[in-house]
Amino acid sequence: MAVADRFTGLRAYTSARIGLGRSGPGIATADHLAFRAAHALARDAVNTALDVSVMEAALAPLGPVLRVESRACDQATHLTRPDLGRRLSDRSAALLSAEAPGEEIAVLVAGGLSALATASHAAPLLTILVPELRRSGRSIGPVCVAPRGRVALGDEVGALLGARLVLVLIGERPGLTSPDSLGAYLTAGPRLGRTDADRNCVSNIRPEGMGLPEAARRIGWLIRQAMTRGISGVSLKDESDRLLAASPAAPSIADTGN
Amino acid sequence: MYAHAVGGTRFTFPDLRRLMACATPHRSGDVLAGLAARSMAERIAAQMALADLPLTTFLDEALVPYEADEVTRLIIDTHDRAAFAPVAALTVGGFRDWLLSDEADQAALAALSPGLTPEMVAAVSKICRIQDLILIAAKRRVTTRFRDTIGLPGRLSSRLQPNHPTDDARGILASIVDGLLLGCGDAVIGINPASDSPQRVHDLLSMLDDLRQRLDVPTQSCVLTHVTTAIDLMAGGTPVDLVFQSIGGTEATNTSFGFGLSILREAREAALSLKRGTVGTDVMYFETGQGSALSADAHHGCDQQTIEARAYAVARAFSPLLVNTVVGFIGPEYLYNGKEIIRAGLEDHFCAKLLGVPMGCDVCYTNHAEADQDDMDVLMTSLAAAGLTFIMGVPGADDVMLGYQSTSFHDVLALRQMLNLKPAPEFGAWLDRVGLTDATGRIRPLDMPERFQRLLAAA
Repeated sequence: MAVADRFTGLRAYTSARIGLGRSGPGIATADHLAFRAAHALARDAVNTALDVSVMEAALAPLGPVLRVESRACDQATHLTRPDLGRRLSDRSAALLSAEAPGEEIAVLVAGGLSALATASHAAPLLTILVPELRRSGRSIGPVCVAPRGRVALGDEVGALLGARLVLVLIGERPGLTSPDSLGAYLTAGPRLGRTDADRNCVSNIRPEGMGLPEAARRIGWLIRQAMTRGISGVSLKDESDRLLAASPAAPSIADTGN
Repeated sequence: MYAHAVGGTRFTFPDLRRLMACATPHRSGDVLAGLAARSMAERIAAQMALADLPLTTFLDEALVPYEADEVTRLIIDTHDRAAFAPVAALTVGGFRDWLLSDEADQAALAALSPGLTPEMVAAVSKICRIQDLILIAAKRRVTTRFRDTIGLPGRLSSRLQPNHPTDDARGILASIVDGLLLGCGDAVIGINPASDSPQRVHDLLSMLDDLRQRLDVPTQSCVLTHVTTAIDLMAGGTPVDLVFQSIGGTEATNTSFGFGLSILREAREAALSLKRGTVGTDVMYFETGQGSALSADAHHGCDQQTIEARAYAVARAFSPLLVNTVVGFIGPEYLYNGKEIIRAGLEDHFCAKLLGVPMGCDVCYTNHAEADQDDMDVLMTSLAAAGLTFIMGVPGADDVMLGYQSTSFHDVLALRQMLNLKPAPEFGAWLDRVGLTDATGRIRPLDMPERFQRLLAAA
């Protein structure tokens, strides 16, 4: 039996590329090209701009939608200047300042590092989550959509809308096997200067990772806890597992590249 | 103040920090920090001014204040004036010429290392072309030992990196066996755990130790957990071969990583007391990477390459078995594309080797960097030609836990074949013994040896 065939059954235990075909010292053609294909999908996910019009249409049934933009004016700036991706453009800041404040929860949907993830999963996730939050008596402001933005952009959005909590849905840095992974970050008392330690994160939201219904339950639990207790971040542990079926722990914020 | 004219324009640099930053080849992290040269003319002017600078300048003027930083104190307090003597009269430019000369052979460079500071080697690297970085580093071998001998001439070792998204023991074991069958793992079998819980780390270390003994393989294991976790585990009897820690070039960076030099000292002494090495006592494994200081807002206005070189002064104070620059992991806001990653990897290796540090490289990139596997091929081949100590071996170059691309087991085989390199001698003898090599010494298993089959069947 060839070495590669000995690994067939072991692939059930890991998604790692074990037992690849070998040509001399090199990787055999089929596995070599499969790697390139995975990288191509990940690169396209990073470089594709979020289609804001499509997002608006998908989010319209949930209520008003506002287009905003960060200070990162193009994709290259977005990738190299995270500081600019964390701040609203002057025009967007003025737009949000003019909105009547008063809703408890602000929502920002951003392309982040994978517009594919945002375009695929953000609207379906909110379609589950928003009605549920409204049923439990929470008020939710307009959903803001930013084609390019970092997680901390939500701090300024939440502060200008006068919200008690901001939920950011953002495309995570794509892995080779996960080009469409969505991250959800929630921050109580949003304002400029909040850090990752102030946020809770639900990561790897995609059909092959954490499914949408489970992600919605988990985020809903965290939002209700954060609103009730007025805190988020390291002092608010995700204990929703006690209520939900066991599932793998979410990676830390540092792993997601946002 | 420093100044130099280029093309009829006179450029001035208010201090040594600014001069070093402006002389650094372009990289996005220095732009993000607001430290990069504003034009190509300003950059070459800075390089020309730097070339005229006496090396002794770096002994008289600290880039990071002595009083404020224990890394600076370590560098200054341990500097060996006698070792420095052969180059003490040289400028940075003269030092480059000397390094390229036949006078600078392995013996001369090894004797010089204690006389060099990170700032001196960072400075000369900034005026080197890539060919210099390869040629000079190739003359300086650094040899270390634990259960095998790492860094000998004509050798290229590899870290077997069998990471798994949920630390599943069977999944990790499958990746380890795959790597061993392809001749990888002589530097270390090292797992980045998905969870840092002490119990998890203990379980993984116990599994690795059991595996090593069952296969009787002359290598060492490591679970890359925080140094304080390793100290606690050693006190509780966990089989720790190598103590791991990510390190940076300033005290404030290391504080953000949750340790200081005294904790590294304590950890090293604890690991030494276990007496687990068979051919040597190098018990530390460090990782570094340009950009970590800026990321922690702890760069003191210095460019990221200079601060990175200072991390090697931290490393060499603790006689590490292995040091690894994880060059492209940090992302495009620090190293934007393949060109910047390639240059940074070769600079890091060059600076480390001149300082006497056993440098390997995680030749890698993330998916939001403007880089691909072709860039990695260029970097790994250049580094192997430069005498790199070790590279990573990841199944198919795809790390499914950390979500980035590194180098594969096959890459290790390819480099060894291309440049006629061999694994560590003790490990090479083991590969022969268990039947993984053919008559010409190449790794070409036609089938999995019986003992590996039994191992996997038991899992």
